[in-house]
Amino acid sequence: MKNNSTTKTPMPVQPPEERIKNFREVALGYSAEQARQEAERCLHCKNRPCVQGCPVGVAIPDFIALVKEGNFEEAYGVISRTSLLPAVCGRVCPQENQCEKFCVRGIKGESVGIGRLERFVADFHASNGQPTEPSTANGRRVAVIGSGPAGLSCAGELARRGYAVTVFEALHVAGGVLVYGIPEFRLPKEIVAREVAGLKALGVNFVTNAVIGRTLTVEELKAEGFEAVFLGTGAGLPNFMGIKGENAKGVFSANEYLTRVNLMKAYEEGSETPVFRAKKVAVVGGGNVAMDAARTARRLGAEVTVVYRRSRAELPARREEAEHAEEEGVRFRLLTGPKEILTDAEENVIGMKCVEMELGEPDGSGRRRPVDRAGSEFVLEADCVIMALGTSPNPLLKRTTAGLETGKRGEIVADENGKTSLEGVFAGGDAVTGSATVILAMGAGKRAAQAMDEYLNK
Amino acid sequence: MYNETMFRIVNKQKLNETVVRMEIEAPLVARKAEAGQFVILRADERGERIPLTIAGYDREKGTIEIIFQIVGGATLCLNARKAGESLPDLVGPLGVPTALEGLKKVAVVGGGVGCAIALPVARKLKELGAEVTSIVGFRGRELVILEEEFRACSDRFFLTTDDGSYGEKGNVCAPLSRLLQEETFDEVITIGPLVMMKFVAAATRPYGIKTIASMDPIMIDGTGMCGCCRLSVGGETKFACVDGPDFDAHLVDFDEAIRRSRIYTDFESRKREEHCNLLKLK
Repeated sequence: MKNNSTTKTPMPVQPPEERIKNFREVALGYSAEQARQEAERCLHCKNRPCVQGCPVGVAIPDFIALVKEGNFEEAYGVISRTSLLPAVCGRVCPQENQCEKFCVRGIKGESVGIGRLERFVADFHASNGQPTEPSTANGRRVAVIGSGPAGLSCAGELARRGYAVTVFEALHVAGGVLVYGIPEFRLPKEIVAREVAGLKALGVNFVTNAVIGRTLTVEELKAEGFEAVFLGTGAGLPNFMGIKGENAKGVFSANEYLTRVNLMKAYEEGSETPVFRAKKVAVVGGGNVAMDAARTARRLGAEVTVVYRRSRAELPARREEAEHAEEEGVRFRLLTGPKEILTDAEENVIGMKCVEMELGEPDGSGRRRPVDRAGSEFVLEADCVIMALGTSPNPLLKRTTAGLETGKRGEIVADENGKTSLEGVFAGGDAVTGSATVILAMGAGKRAAQAMDEYLNK
Repeated sequence: MYNETMFRIVNKQKLNETVVRMEIEAPLVARKAEAGQFVILRADERGERIPLTIAGYDREKGTIEIIFQIVGGATLCLNARKAGESLPDLVGPLGVPTALEGLKKVAVVGGGVGCAIALPVARKLKELGAEVTSIVGFRGRELVILEEEFRACSDRFFLTTDDGSYGEKGNVCAPLSRLLQEETFDEVITIGPLVMMKFVAAATRPYGIKTIASMDPIMIDGTGMCGCCRLSVGGETKFACVDGPDFDAHLVDFDEAIRRSRIYTDFESRKREEHCNLLKLK
């Protein structure tokens, strides 16, 4: 029966006071009944506005119709026609800026919880569905560099088309940012492992501990018989502000802090990898990575303040992440710019000198530029500062791959289909665009796979 | 072919009470390794990622050699692995190889376990036909390693110990400073404790001799992602894993590097304690 509620069926979550003491997933997922109830909110608009908001073009109204009927496995079939990692996307996509942004229900009230439904369907399939059959092999070898969202989606798409895909990963586990960056409480690593296992079932070969550019070069891969190569090496090195005190003891990039905790499990009793146990943490930045770092620090027992130059409206983080952070007691100092990290005689962090800011004229990005308010300096007490300011491209491939064209900042130059300056070499994801989202990287990986298929069948 | 790499320990040898040499099967790494590069390995499935400079390689056998000092939990775990066993992970060769081409006369200055890394540099220089002066320093006689190997690839060899129990009493800067008063070098390459490298840099600075230090800051991924290994070099932030590990020693902010190397000292000593107690139980 039709559900006229103007709000989404609430998502069951771990209560904040409980979840800040553990790293288990915050959002617990819909039950079958809740999923069907939420699916009843979909109006099945003829012009399907939601689909245009999805970077991989999932047939959203179709899968929701199947959820309504309780045909969850068929719903999974619809999603997996276009998306390879629905359990991941359902959890980490910024739906409010994509599919749900265009949902007609969102005009009066909340949009349909498309992400929540996608997650439900993917999780249902994981516990009830049949494993994927390997596709008919065409015997042609392709290499995918990097096993993050771009690489995984490219590999999956190519495997489905029958290619013998080998994925090369620098770290000791596959998943890229999904394992080292996004925390367990937002995306359980078991889910990433499940998606990787799904690709292995499709016939994809994973080689960990292989840094392309060092262990093997792109040229060598081609010489060894890989007919096309996809570069999905990710965002690269963390940016810093260039302010005084940034190399003091207790200042970390979010990448480092999160890698220690997520990849190396530093939060677990008995872990061999240390993590700095701070009392008061300042996180600089306002994106998803800043929220992840802030919430991680909170779980490790710190008081946490997020410091962001613009206002709440410009906060680039996924809305739910900022809300969850707030519920968990993370404080926000908006319109605040760091000026200097203060240290004691031993170079331990003791605070951060900040200035209040206001929004001036729009800058090149179209967002209003924050400017200092004269005389508003103050000191934020902190024994740890985490910089979450985005990244700059990793220079490794550029330096070791002759003829690979890169842009001003060192990003790989590729057209909208991922074609690079090198014959048979494609690229996509953060390595091309700079820090962006999981779903955009997945979309790029998928488009590149299509282009690679066309290239190989010319 | 790539999945055959099992990282088997083919040989393990104790060089002194706390320094151990391992030869490990890693054909893809051995094929590419050059002096100055490093690997990151894990001793077991729960282990930390340990960056270690490649101390030697055999391209035909497909093996690399590492020499490490047992300092904390992770290296204790590594030392617990025996010859014949395999490591779960090993990745490399990482970092930019030491630039040695074209050098005619070089002083290689190593300290402690850093000598393990200085040795392949000295060997490579010899191979390239350079005149090699090796100066190696240790705290005491019982810690001396690789003396014969250094002698074999050096035109001149100096050995110092802090306590004077072997070789010349004092540190590596004494013989280096004496030499600098008489002659010059195309380059001085120094590998060892940060404090030693800082003093070597100070010794060569007045003569304007190009001096290269091999930095080994704390690392996690080692491939240009986490930013943990950052250093200030000539006022700029550099990342040892992709920009280094070699840097102009006259530009490195050693004091900052020394402080940053001690971030986890408490954790390390706690871990060492735990492990020692565990080993005692066994």
